[in-house]
Amino acid sequence: MIDELFTISTLIGILHSCVRLATPYLFASLGETFGQRSGVLNLGVDGIMLMGAFFGFYVVFEGHNLWVGVLAAIAIGVMMGLLKAFVSVTMQSLQGISGIGLYLFGLGLSSLLFKTLIGSVEGVSGFRQLPIPLLADIPGIGHILFNHNALVYLAYLMVPASWFVINRTTLGLKIRAVGHNPEAADTLGVSVNGVRYTTLMIGGALAAVAGASLSIGLQNVFQENMTNGLGFIAVALVYFGSWRTVGVLGGALLFSLVNALQLWVQALDIPVPSEVAVMMPYIMTIVVLAFTARQIQRPAALARSYERGE
Amino acid sequence: MLRRIRISLLIFLLLLAGCGRSNQDDEEVDAEGAPFRVAIVMPSSTTDIAWSQSMFDSLTAVQAEMGGEDALKIAYSEGMFRVTDASAAIRDYAAEGYDLVIAHGAQYGNSVFEVATDFTDTSFAWGTSSDTGADRGINNVFAYGAVANEGGYVNGVVAAMLSENDVIGVIGPVAGDAKLYIDGFVRGVTVVKPDAQVNISYTGSFSDTTLAAEAAHVHIQAGADVLTGSAQQVVGAIGVANENGVAWLGTQSDQISLGPDVVVTNQIYNWANVIADMIAKIEAGELGGTAYRLTFENDGLRLEFNESIEIDDAVKEAARAAIEDIKSGAVDPVLIEEDDE
Repeated sequence: MIDELFTISTLIGILHSCVRLATPYLFASLGETFGQRSGVLNLGVDGIMLMGAFFGFYVVFEGHNLWVGVLAAIAIGVMMGLLKAFVSVTMQSLQGISGIGLYLFGLGLSSLLFKTLIGSVEGVSGFRQLPIPLLADIPGIGHILFNHNALVYLAYLMVPASWFVINRTTLGLKIRAVGHNPEAADTLGVSVNGVRYTTLMIGGALAAVAGASLSIGLQNVFQENMTNGLGFIAVALVYFGSWRTVGVLGGALLFSLVNALQLWVQALDIPVPSEVAVMMPYIMTIVVLAFTARQIQRPAALARSYERGE
Repeated sequence: MLRRIRISLLIFLLLLAGCGRSNQDDEEVDAEGAPFRVAIVMPSSTTDIAWSQSMFDSLTAVQAEMGGEDALKIAYSEGMFRVTDASAAIRDYAAEGYDLVIAHGAQYGNSVFEVATDFTDTSFAWGTSSDTGADRGINNVFAYGAVANEGGYVNGVVAAMLSENDVIGVIGPVAGDAKLYIDGFVRGVTVVKPDAQVNISYTGSFSDTTLAAEAAHVHIQAGADVLTGSAQQVVGAIGVANENGVAWLGTQSDQISLGPDVVVTNQIYNWANVIADMIAKIEAGELGGTAYRLTFENDGLRLEFNESIEIDDAVKEAARAAIEDIKSGAVDPVLIEEDDE
């Protein structure tokens, strides 16, 4: 039994699952990275994901194109980001509490809209597997990396894109400055609130696409609270990745790898109690967190609202 | 100061929007010709296409049968996965004078008995359980449960006949909870094909649709060509089955809408008779003491085939024969094997 786990086809299967499972985490965590790098902690990710999942699904359910669904998700994500920015940046409420409020708001509103507009759990035809020509034919690697749906590829493309924006653009410089020392950034003429509004809108958009990647990409259904707390894990992954995009990628992949592994361990009837298998990803997360508790890149102004002194 | 107030107000509104309880009837009911009032507290949503929906659909069916809202008023609290919230809701409903308060989850047992001893004129029901508290002198509690291994067995027979690879995947929520169904299922498979492989995986959650969907992918890659699973998490898995054209066998509620081309059968929990019987008993002054069980024999369990897809007559015949065998007692749909739990 246990040797079945180490066959080539099983290993390919595990890695293929891992790559796919990481998709929603990547979108949501990268989005959260933008916010946190500018100094705003958004615990409302899960609520934004639910809104994105719902609107993406609803638009497709109504017969529109899948990409229109993604755009709808982005639009609602931006609005949720704006709401968070208004509460946390303009009104300067405590970031943690207002994030939880936003989560509950998204959870409640997406459920309400689902009940009113759709009413029962229905399926749609979501993004299909899109093997990339030539690359998908590479033995092993091809199936693992290049045989997924479009949103999976998009999630991975967001990693270098986010890295580039944060590290190589003027906006990125402003984001980092505002996150580390808002007073200094303000003195230099950077609009602290403007930057934070921007990052929260980007974060909202990405979180909403993370939700849509579930409802019209990986599962093709909408169900109330279908994220099941995934957004909170996404927030944790940002800490896990020390606020770096590559770190976030590593964290998302590791978490997904262990999750994929435990599903395979169970499916192959390897004698590990299912309770232990289910715990594996979380144990792994804690272990890695314990050993990588460096907080070098932690934005100094994280979770602090900024008010210009007189 | 003004800012503080504005912020507090905003947070309050946000929180308010997130919570909330659904009530079909908000108005007070007058005494004469008063409808029977039933309240239900559920761990998941009325549209979970599983456990909670099976009860809610049955309630609305009874309501339609009785003549609509004028005869039966239904109030419900859904998403009560936290027992403390559920406990408060159960007490609230009892205090508001509902005739019957249904706590739809085995985890609500302690709360039910606690509230039931404080509100002896109110009738309560809870399940999955067979404990009405009668041995402790409580006589206003009904208990109910589904003998899910019966339909599990029949689905197992169907799965074995449909599978060409002789590999079948099962997606359970939490080990133990879906045990009855899965044990019956495995038994059904092995009766038809003793050598078939049944791969079982648990997600560790009732509602992790993402993991359940991935579990379906894993089973398919491991060779499974028939899948089943339970709890509200399965919506994601049915989506995956649909995408891959792999047969799905449902349980608890009708799941055809999610996979019109792949859902072959559904074991459906029909609580209508149980509810109707409880209402009749309560109106006759008997507030509890009965433990109900859904079986094929009493029409509490139904096995429905998806009529819109072509299914081999031999499969349907075998399923019907299995149901008859269970009803007559010729077959015991429980896994008789050394158990690892």
